[in-house]
Amino acid sequence: MESLSGRKKVLEQKPMNFWERIYLPAIFKGMGITFMHMFKKKETTFYPEEEREFSENWRGMHSLKRDENGKERCTACGLCALSCPAEAITMISAERQKGEEHLYREEKYASVYEINMLRCIFCGLCEEACPKEAIYLDGPIVPSEFLRKDFIYGKDKLVEISITELEAQKGVLS
Amino acid sequence: MEIAFLIEKVAVVVILFVVTLTIAAYSTLAERKIAAFLQDRVGPDRAGPFGVFQPLADGGKMFFKEETTPNGANKWLFIAGPSLALLTSFLGSAVLPWGQPIEIFGRIVPLQVADINVGILYIFGVVSLGVYGLMIGGWASNNKYSLMGAVRGASQNISYEIAMGLSIIALLLVTNSLSFKTIAEQQHGWHWNFLYQPFGFLIFLVCSFAETNRVPFDLPECETELIGGYNTEYSGFKMGAYMFSEYINMFVASAVMATLYFGGYNYPGMDFVNELLGPTWGPLIGVAVLFAKILAFIFFFMWVRWTVPRFRYDQLMNLGWKILIPLAIANIVITACVITIFDKL
Repeated sequence: MESLSGRKKVLEQKPMNFWERIYLPAIFKGMGITFMHMFKKKETTFYPEEEREFSENWRGMHSLKRDENGKERCTACGLCALSCPAEAITMISAERQKGEEHLYREEKYASVYEINMLRCIFCGLCEEACPKEAIYLDGPIVPSEFLRKDFIYGKDKLVEISITELEAQKGVLS
Repeated sequence: MEIAFLIEKVAVVVILFVVTLTIAAYSTLAERKIAAFLQDRVGPDRAGPFGVFQPLADGGKMFFKEETTPNGANKWLFIAGPSLALLTSFLGSAVLPWGQPIEIFGRIVPLQVADINVGILYIFGVVSLGVYGLMIGGWASNNKYSLMGAVRGASQNISYEIAMGLSIIALLLVTNSLSFKTIAEQQHGWHWNFLYQPFGFLIFLVCSFAETNRVPFDLPECETELIGGYNTEYSGFKMGAYMFSEYINMFVASAVMATLYFGGYNYPGMDFVNELLGPTWGPLIGVAVLFAKILAFIFFFMWVRWTVPRFRYDQLMNLGWKILIPLAIANIVITACVITIFDKL
């Protein structure tokens, strides 16, 4: 039948000629091709020593953000945990006490916030679900560990370093 | 005199053993390196500079892995399989001449363990024994895949042994001898048998690929169809023994091809070099040349492995019985006619 799109290609199946049937020339041709590949540039990245460039929207380890005054943004609403398809996020909320206003932005905060990095599939849905712009997957590759329990990251690893601490660290360095 | 003879034989055997093991061990690294290079990768390079200690690491890994025996396996045959495979692969190198007789401390030492006058028959016997290791291992595993692999290996080896033997007969018409020593000596300088028997060499090459169970004839151990074939149930050092025997087989097959068709330790201008360097160093150059040829063949084996896809089973049998055997017989007839005509002239 006539092809309407004009893209149809009929496969021609001619009987093989003598040189094709004895098979060896084809093998030698293929071997020539593989031999030339020996001298091509290698595609390998030597990972721990050099890192590949990541794309701009690459999703890595999570970080819990602080606002411009260094207060934690997370209000423990639980939307990230709800949106997580891998059930990787758990948290316990707590009420902000008097005198903690410089630590937490709103009256409620997450006293415990845990992400199981073995469950996480780095889909970024938590980032999309968060109404407070508190969680972003902008970190490095999650490092490997020997024990499963070490993959459960708490607030100590997730929360962004505060400005005062950063300055303190810089002070130690300089 | 007798003791000196014993010492020199033991020395040759030990050196040959160590060299074979080293080459087999480093073949595993070379295989991975060549595979990597042919696929634009770098291959293992972490253990030592350029990965030179990788075989040691692999060996250590094999040694410390758990050895499992399947429940329904025949325990003795399960152990006998890899042992036999390793044993028979070592036996082949005994009759090959590794160089011209060499003068050490005033004694002329032949670089050959045993010069038996039916060396080629011996090699054939040992090669056909090699399939028993594979067969016993596959049968003893009590696994259908392993049995399939073993049956394939046995039928493949038998089919290709015929074509291999026929291609050798044409060579024997040229050399008039079954002794490897004589055959190697006849190819002095550049009179390599390859020049007289290029067609026979091609058949022999294809058959030796089949005999060593290398790609494209690796049907006994194809992973996609038989999840590993005859060595599916093997782990730890028994698996290592199978793998090792495969690489030793490859080394011996390369050595046989180099000796039978590519002049062994002979090279153009060898008389001049021998006179220049004396009776000790001259033959050693020949040994180096032989090993260069062997390594080239091993590279060729690996090169083909990472280029050509595996044959289907019926294609394999068609190639063996319907193409290679008739071609080998035709080769014998033509060679015989040509020799007869030249003799009459």
